[in-house]
Amino acid sequence: MSAPETPQPEDAYDGDHPPMTASEKSYIPSIVKGIGITLQRFFKPNFTVQYPEVGPYDYAAQDRAIGEVNPRHRGEHILVKDEQGREKCVACLLCMAACPALCIHIEPEPAPWDDRERRPKVFEIDMLRCIYCGFCEEACPCDAIRLTPKLYTPTTSRTERVYDKTRLLENNPEAQVPQRPRK
Amino acid sequence: MNSVLQFLFTDPVIGLVKGLLVIGVVLQIVPLLIYLERKLSAYMQGRLGPNRVNFVVPYAVPGLGGLRLIPGSLQPLADAIKLAFKEEIIPKDADKLLWYLGPFLAFFPVATALAFIPFGINHWDAFGSGIMVDLRVCSVDISVLLLFAISSLGVYGIAAGGWGSGSKYPLMAAVRASAQMISYEVAMGIAVLAAMATVGSVDLQQFVVHQATNQFADLGLFTVPNWLVFSQPLAALIFLVAMFAENNRLPFDMPECEPELVGGFHTEYSGLKFALFFLGEYAAMILMCSLFVTIFLGGWASFWGPDAWWVFGWVAVDPYATDGINAILSHLWFMGKVMALLTFQIWIRWTLPRFRYDQLMNLGWKVLVPLALGNLVLTAIACYFLNPIGVGQ
Repeated sequence: MSAPETPQPEDAYDGDHPPMTASEKSYIPSIVKGIGITLQRFFKPNFTVQYPEVGPYDYAAQDRAIGEVNPRHRGEHILVKDEQGREKCVACLLCMAACPALCIHIEPEPAPWDDRERRPKVFEIDMLRCIYCGFCEEACPCDAIRLTPKLYTPTTSRTERVYDKTRLLENNPEAQVPQRPRK
Repeated sequence: MNSVLQFLFTDPVIGLVKGLLVIGVVLQIVPLLIYLERKLSAYMQGRLGPNRVNFVVPYAVPGLGGLRLIPGSLQPLADAIKLAFKEEIIPKDADKLLWYLGPFLAFFPVATALAFIPFGINHWDAFGSGIMVDLRVCSVDISVLLLFAISSLGVYGIAAGGWGSGSKYPLMAAVRASAQMISYEVAMGIAVLAAMATVGSVDLQQFVVHQATNQFADLGLFTVPNWLVFSQPLAALIFLVAMFAENNRLPFDMPECEPELVGGFHTEYSGLKFALFFLGEYAAMILMCSLFVTIFLGGWASFWGPDAWWVFGWVAVDPYATDGINAILSHLWFMGKVMALLTFQIWIRWTLPRFRYDQLMNLGWKVLVPLALGNLVLTAIACYFLNPIGVGQ
């Protein structure tokens, strides 16, 4: 059994830090230090990104620390084209099965080409439902659907948020080359 | 010509012109201060601050079309328009009379007290008419006492606004504000008492004349003027600290501390009544900074005299001259000091965290008041034995 602790006055030295000296108690050195810090901060560059004028995709602003999109960011989807400009997709419906948000809708049709049996007639992604998890990308056996770092595409109606095949194929042509680093 | 001017420059006319001038200038400085505060705070926090509302050079102008003039400079105007068009909501439990009186009681004493601040030299030969104009609105011999008496009434505005809101947070804020302002007025008053003993006058203009015409030290290369910040440094420090508390500015902004009291005593106010509270607060800042400048930083006096030819002798104020250029220079010196001090006040606001209420009261009553009293006693003894210039005149 330990002895009950003797009550200590509130301002007693508790052992964690040394008692304050007179200059510390007057706060004046710390105040001077503080206003020095804010003065230094005043002359440093600002972090603000002028958003509507300067977007995160502006290459002129690529070297800034804030406002840059992470290249691994999972943004909007694309349907990748092969060397002949056809869609790579073979309409296997694996992405549709993998999608946890049930936002992919595919209707297959027989492909007119020799190297595959089917191709999608309708390929729609409901961007309002999509949770950008990237499972479709992982499920795809042909590397046909990918998520790009494309961050924002405002639309004025909800129907525009359902992307059809044409839009997915033409979406962000620069992103037809792989942008997100693979695992 | 002279007789016409003398006929025109009667005391009421001069007083009216000076009064309108002071009120007009103060009302113009307030938006400037709001812009300054927003910009300074933004830059200290790594932001840009308001930068969208401004004048733009018309696109028709070649070369300069689309250039934005001082980005964000019209933000205070935009705020004012927003406030003017806001719906005014009166709480159900509000005490209507106090509710309506509050903002006016908060602004009126500050605007009145500004009449005692000398904003320029004490004798200006108005346009060569031979009439000596004292550049302050109200030329009384007891201006320090009157100023304190009137500016203290500002507490009533806050108390009335808080009480009249019929809401608990404004009430608590009003109680805190009045307790704080009354406590710090004690320390401030005693600090000024020491300054009064040094100067030997209770006239603010005499304070400045004393500081302008005496030397604190002659360092050979240049002379240090007898500003009271040099001869009364402790009183100046106490006044400075108390000034922040009087203005309810951070680190002492207990009446408005947002995390505890929503928005302080003006939580329930909206629209132009809120704007009037806001205006009163900033006008009080200007008043207190002018007072500090007048009492401790030499008012309109320049740091060097006109005979100091090697450092811009031409911008120095000659306390004995009566010409117009000298009067303008003296006013510019005064305004420059006040603006510098206001910037300092904003700077401090965005640097220091808020005190706790008990710490605030401890600092006021247990530190500042004893220090001020000790300073007063020492000053009294020094005045008795040394009899510095100015005492006993």
